[in-house]
Amino acid sequence: MSAFNAIGEEREIDREEFTPGIEPQPTWCPGCGDFGVLKALKQALPEVGRTPEETLLVTGIGCSGKLNSYLDSYGFHTIHGRSLPVARAAKLANPGLEVIAAGGDGDGYGIGGNHFMHTARENHDMTYVVFNNEIFGLTKGQTSPTSPKGHKSKTQPHGSAKEPIRPLSLALTSGASYVARTAAVNPNQAKEILTEAIQHDGFAHIDFLTQCPTWNKDARQYVPYTDVQDSDDYDFDVHDRVEAQEAMRTAEEALYEGEVLTGRFYVDETRPSYQGEKQRIGEMPETPLAERYFDDDYEWERAYDEFIDKHR
Amino acid sequence: MTESELIWRISGGSGDGIASTSQNFAKALMRSGLHVFTHRHYPSRIRGGHTYTEIRASSEPVKSRGNGYNFLLALGDSFARNPQEDAYYGNEELKPLSENLDELREGGVIVYDSGLLDAGEIEEFDRRAEENNWHVYPIDLRGMAREQGREVMRNTAGVGVTCALIGMDLEYIQDLMREAMPEKILEPNLEILQTAYDQVKEEHDPDAHDVAVPSGEHDEPQLLLSGSEAISYGAIDEGCRFIAGYPMTPWTEVFTIMTQSMSQLGGISEQVEDEIAAAALALGASHAGVKAMSGSSGGGFALMSEPLGLAEMTETPVVFVEAMRAGPSTGMPTKTEQGDLEHVLYTSQGDTHRVVFAPGTVEEAYDQTRTAFRIAYEYQIPAIVLYDQKLGGELISVPESTFDREPNPDLGSTLTEAELEDAPHNAAGKYERYQHDVADGVSPRSLPGQKGGRFLASGNEHEPSGHISESPENRVAQVDRRSQKVEAIRADLDDEGNQTPHGPEDAEYGILTWGSQQGTVEEAVDELNAAGHSVKSLGVSDLVPYPVEEVEAFLESVDEVLVVEMNASAQFRGLTQKELGRYGEKLSSLLKYNGNPFEPADIVDGFESTMIDGNDDVPGIETTFVPAAGD
Repeated sequence: MSAFNAIGEEREIDREEFTPGIEPQPTWCPGCGDFGVLKALKQALPEVGRTPEETLLVTGIGCSGKLNSYLDSYGFHTIHGRSLPVARAAKLANPGLEVIAAGGDGDGYGIGGNHFMHTARENHDMTYVVFNNEIFGLTKGQTSPTSPKGHKSKTQPHGSAKEPIRPLSLALTSGASYVARTAAVNPNQAKEILTEAIQHDGFAHIDFLTQCPTWNKDARQYVPYTDVQDSDDYDFDVHDRVEAQEAMRTAEEALYEGEVLTGRFYVDETRPSYQGEKQRIGEMPETPLAERYFDDDYEWERAYDEFIDKHR
Repeated sequence: MTESELIWRISGGSGDGIASTSQNFAKALMRSGLHVFTHRHYPSRIRGGHTYTEIRASSEPVKSRGNGYNFLLALGDSFARNPQEDAYYGNEELKPLSENLDELREGGVIVYDSGLLDAGEIEEFDRRAEENNWHVYPIDLRGMAREQGREVMRNTAGVGVTCALIGMDLEYIQDLMREAMPEKILEPNLEILQTAYDQVKEEHDPDAHDVAVPSGEHDEPQLLLSGSEAISYGAIDEGCRFIAGYPMTPWTEVFTIMTQSMSQLGGISEQVEDEIAAAALALGASHAGVKAMSGSSGGGFALMSEPLGLAEMTETPVVFVEAMRAGPSTGMPTKTEQGDLEHVLYTSQGDTHRVVFAPGTVEEAYDQTRTAFRIAYEYQIPAIVLYDQKLGGELISVPESTFDREPNPDLGSTLTEAELEDAPHNAAGKYERYQHDVADGVSPRSLPGQKGGRFLASGNEHEPSGHISESPENRVAQVDRRSQKVEAIRADLDDEGNQTPHGPEDAEYGILTWGSQQGTVEEAVDELNAAGHSVKSLGVSDLVPYPVEEVEAFLESVDEVLVVEMNASAQFRGLTQKELGRYGEKLSSLLKYNGNPFEPADIVDGFESTMIDGNDDVPGIETTFVPAAGD
């Protein structure tokens, strides 16, 4: 008997299953964009047929990290910036799990920037949602890696001298095979993109624009968005790197100039996921590693003598 | 008189094949029935510089590199002769000869490559040779190798010469070459070996000196193994199938061995962007249900402090290895030290707990790595195997039976789905992963993907279901429960017998040491007792939880104690005083921190001078004595 019966279970999944029964109500501020991510996730997961028990949600620190408490699944609430390395190893150990990592813009593009780059490069089969509100919220309003140049805060009293990070371009350049941006104010698109990202076989990065009504009223996250797929003005091929890159550049500049452009920017269905590559070169077993420990027929002693022989 | 042991030193430049040649020779000596112990010395550079390996071979078991050595094979640094490199490194070609003379014993043998080195250029060489009764054999190894094949094969010529001079049969070397060498280079190598052997037999009198290969026979089959290999095999046998790391000397050895093994065993190895990621990956894999490890050396382990705390808080089982080299910062990458003890004891914020093992021998490295995994997975706590460059790198012959134990893939305190059905759940159906009142403080875990086991692993303080909680009552209950595990582990480890006593029980003096110095101390104890002193030793391998009772009994049983360790701040002595609460007045320290491990003679001299003569000035060795507190 498998030790992970919940994995791959085919049944109708009620959206309410992802809602914890007696857990506390979210401590997010009224009007917070994080509610939008939670809602979209609760809609997307049943849509792709994933049960709460085969879902592992790995979060970082900050307001976004609390997502774990309000979405009923297996969870790992890690430390600032480190959700990705934890998540990708869990996926390697048990590829049957639906692994979703989530964190804020400070968490994902600042302290965890290096992990972001490398996880995208490796193209792990997982979804990464970055709550981008252009501010450090839970620590009360400091400048973040996506705050616009000139943004004033208690830690940057003269206005930030730095250009903001360009997360979409960074994800693409690093090797992510699915890159999208959506916004909490647009629940339908958010759900659609999340569903697609979860189903995507490879590293799916979503820059999720979330408004912070308390610390960042100036950000553009509240304004109506333009879906780049629906607008003739932004016609480009999501499968074409060069065109996608150009569209991302436009979107990233427009965000600080008054127009919020969202949608799928890049989709590559041909690039094998990291797990696939590792299996192809013989660095990863076909069967989930985690299953071995419950497999009575697996011969743990088998390889022992082979190693010892070379020491004789 | 013929000496009862051979200590053979081969010296040259990094990249000259010193390591592979010496490894083969060590194995040949082992196969001939001897016990062997090797010691490596190398600089932090890829090619050139001065490097040597020593092999000590004896019919009796050997526990340390010994005192000095009696046979030098000086190959020369072929890279130092490259004019382009000369400009950068200077001419170092005499180093393989001159750098090694101080430790060569009286009556020792020197073979040097006269094609590369000229002893005549070394000041006072002839006088020193005569004074010390050294037997010098200048042999054109390079020319010999060039004639028959390629210059690089002068190593083989050197081994042939050695065998002729110490009266060792070539068959063991030949067998090893046949096993290891590809067809193309095998024949010329065998030829060079034989030619060099015959030429020396013909032209020189091997009986002119007293250095000879001892003869011996093993009671049971032996394996030639390094500490890094023993740690790796211990991990593998205990079911570790996931390793993540970032290269850093000397941890890289374990990382490399494990990586090679993982792909053969159907496990997974990940070389990742940094050590924070590496440790976090190990946690992720463990969380998902695989036995996982990560590791590094001092500087890299510093980065792992965050995931270490996360492992404690989420009670995710994990094993880290920490391979010490001389610090602080990047320190001396290829030199040994025991300076990371306090770093490993106190890394990470808050009331963190961890278990720390410091194996003293290659056998212990295997055993205690297994124990580290067992404890980590049973008690859901990070366990650390702390060792040093010395233990990691030295090849030692050990009985094959050391590795006879059954594999253990048991995931410890992890529930099956069937068990989860009867396990406690909260009103919302969440599994109570972090229950307050459980035996030994261990609340069993579930794995993602299991039915009925949903929980949240959080680095924030949490209630039984894993949800974040700042309730004072819950906080105290959780902190107390996590702490409770340590006492349970202490009781558990008492049965392991990890501390190693040596010497007469009723001795007057004691030597206390930890980790890799254990064998050296034991040999020193034997020498001291043979010289009429009354000394015993205790090698401590459990650092956390500290074996309070056993150490206390040891300290009580002697008048005075010398604490031997390789760092400048007496870190283990500090830990001992902290754990035992007193004994400061009874403890003196013998410290060495020049990058090289103790020789038994260092400890003998140090003991006689501090404990007997009350003198803390020992000429000739880089040691420091910290006088007993209150002096």
